Amino acid sequence: MALSGLDIYKLLPKTNCRKCGYSTCLAFAMALAKKQVVLDKCPSINPEVKGTLEQASLPPIRLVTIGVGDNKVDVGNETVMFRHEEKFHHPTAIGFIIDSNVGDADFENKIKLIDSLNFERVGQVIKVNLIALRQSGDSTDFVDKVRKVSELSSLALVLMSSDIEALKGALEICSKQKPLIYAATEQNISDFVGLAKTYSVPLVICADELEKIEELSQKANQEGLADIVLDTGIKSITKKIEDLTYLRRLSLKKKKRSLGYPIVALVENDDPFQEAIEAGTYISKYASIVLIKTVESWQTLALLTLRQNIYTDPQKPLQVEAKAYSIGQVTEQSPVMVTTNFSLTYYTVLGEVEASKIPSYILCVDTEGMSVLTAWAAEKFTPEKISDSLNKSGIKDKVNHKRIIIPGYVSVMSGDLEEKSGCEIIVGPKEASGLPSFLKKI
Amino acid sequence: MLKELAQEKWSGKINSINIGATKEEGGSRTSVVKIGGQATLPFIFNDGDIPHRPVIAAEVWDIAPNDWSSTLNSELEDVYSDPVSWSKKLIDEFKVDLICLKLQGAHPDLGDRTPTQEVKLVKDIISNVGVPLIVIGCGDDSKDNLILPACTEATKGEKCLFGSAVQDNYKTLVAACQADGHNIIAESPIDINIAKQLNILIHEMGFGLDKIVINPTVGALGYGLEYAYSIMERARLAALTGDKMVAQPFICFSGPEAWRAKEAKASIEEHPEWGKELERGVIWEVLTSATFLQSGADILVMRHPKAISTVKGYITKLMEIK
Ligand code: SF4
Repeated sequence: MALSGLDIYKLLPKTNCRKCGYSTCLAFAMALAKKQVVLDKCPSINPEVKGTLEQASLPPIRLVTIGVGDNKVDVGNETVMFRHEEKFHHPTAIGFIIDSNVGDADFENKIKLIDSLNFERVGQVIKVNLIALRQSGDSTDFVDKVRKVSELSSLALVLMSSDIEALKGALEICSKQKPLIYAATEQNISDFVGLAKTYSVPLVICADELEKIEELSQKANQEGLADIVLDTGIKSITKKIEDLTYLRRLSLKKKKRSLGYPIVALVENDDPFQEAIEAGTYISKYASIVLIKTVESWQTLALLTLRQNIYTDPQKPLQVEAKAYSIGQVTEQSPVMVTTNFSLTYYTVLGEVEASKIPSYILCVDTEGMSVLTAWAAEKFTPEKISDSLNKSGIKDKVNHKRIIIPGYVSVMSGDLEEKSGCEIIVGPKEASGLPSFLKKI
Repeated sequence: MLKELAQEKWSGKINSINIGATKEEGGSRTSVVKIGGQATLPFIFNDGDIPHRPVIAAEVWDIAPNDWSSTLNSELEDVYSDPVSWSKKLIDEFKVDLICLKLQGAHPDLGDRTPTQEVKLVKDIISNVGVPLIVIGCGDDSKDNLILPACTEATKGEKCLFGSAVQDNYKTLVAACQADGHNIIAESPIDINIAKQLNILIHEMGFGLDKIVINPTVGALGYGLEYAYSIMERARLAALTGDKMVAQPFICFSGPEAWRAKEAKASIEEHPEWGKELERGVIWEVLTSATFLQSGADILVMRHPKAISTVKGYITKLMEIK
């Protein structure tokens, strides 16, 4: 956790020698706390203090990167317990566990299917992140499958095995792709840390008890490994929620550096509904990585959508460009609907207009991403703003009528808007779901 | 111990509410539902008491819905015309804890059913099922002010849960629930301040804070779920640190919301890339519901039998502490 200027000042030489460019040590300390200057500017600082200050400036939960290039995933570096306090920063990486003993054809199909799992929602592409290959049986087969998967897919990898020789073989093939190694346990910690260091790849440390996790991560850290991910093993959903919550609290509120790492949760259930519900729980509750077994597009779509919701910045709603959108084969007679540029509002209206099969224009007014009612209350969705958009968007030239449809919730502005815009105002339904029947009637 | 270091002890707790009254208690229910009472965040058993499990209410309409998705229709169509059989099916086969009767058909545009018709239906359900009842109006304020008081009177002593009181229309329903001994749903539009203000207004009429359930108006997965999720988290944190005006249990209409989502309704032909139609609809309701359990839902109102049984299984797992 960041130190205050005064905390830093206590550790400085207090000679006010000005070599740092500041007139006093206190001024330097204040600047340092605000990250306006780097510590090295003071030549007189003692190395021990330097260590303390450097430690203190590290984020409470380490950022760990898995993979390289376009498909690398960053996890960790979270700063809050609840999304309304700021936001959750790095969306949960979602991946699939594949056992190495599946037949070649099945294996290839599965990888292709996983690779295809990306969707577009409210203007964003949402996609899966990881393939976790787990050694089941023969180590040569495992290494062989690792080679195959790194050829077939560019997704980041997790290598799951307790066999260090097999992992070495696999890392010889793919260490440049920075896979995550799963997992070091009490029995093999030194060997696995050595392996992760040699190939400079991140490593999962797994133990049931928090105390044991702390002991192992300290050990790994002392041996020089920084990129660590934690796992508290397979347990009941409730115990897992407690582990995830407690680890987040301990790292953020109790400054437990040895627990300040991203957390992975494994979910395997033959019932895809129970598997999804459990995975969804951990996405909401602090897991940085969730690995599941089922590969089904309906399940993945639901989980990716949940992740998109939970990791949306509460201060910055998703927006679409403020302009006139034409939906379908529009003509000069097509109806014109006005709404806000809040993504969710736009895409909801869009969905209903598409469903109505009536070609239409949707004019999105720039409301800084607020929904209709909020924008109206905040005076971002006013008759002035709307008539301004009507003029600027060029919509008036595209149609040969002067009728515009406004959301039912803002019917009170009809008169005013009619005057300002010179258009005829038609009050539409309050909810977008009423649009198809409404559009058919007019 | 790290667990002790991580523990958080809260000064406040959520109100406990009883819905339904047995014969001994002046009603005729064979089971009652107790919710609330938590002295901790959802499912963090190690921090404080969680005396009751979240419950599921099945949504039943007074008229046959004509715009529900085919996935719902294929399960429920045969009982749409008879709300009593509809209720019984979900109680007997899927073990829901409550029935949430929505008097949709009272709406002037949707049949304009009369108070007498709705009272008869409510009485029919009361005499044919044993679980406690939630009754929701049609959403048209002036019509609701006619039908709901008639229904509260007809079910006097049954300790139902009636909804919804909203900021600009709460007095009639509050007075009716007060007179006939029912609980009330206070509905606010994803806004913690309005939720709190409405509770204060209802309380000022002499209505007990321990008989209010908050409806935070949730959105479906993919359709603003995160707004209500965070509002609920904020309300829970306020309640646990001592704010009694938001310390009420939550009711979430996760089922009705989820089934409005395009992803739940679209056919496989429209969106082959989204995968199987039945499973997709069910998972949308399941994941919407399950996520709100994690932000504090006490009552989930749901629709699809498969979704209901899946979430029920999940609740059982959540409540196992070992
Ligand atoms: S260089 Fe160091 S010792 Fe000198 S004034 Fe700056 S902070 Fe103080």
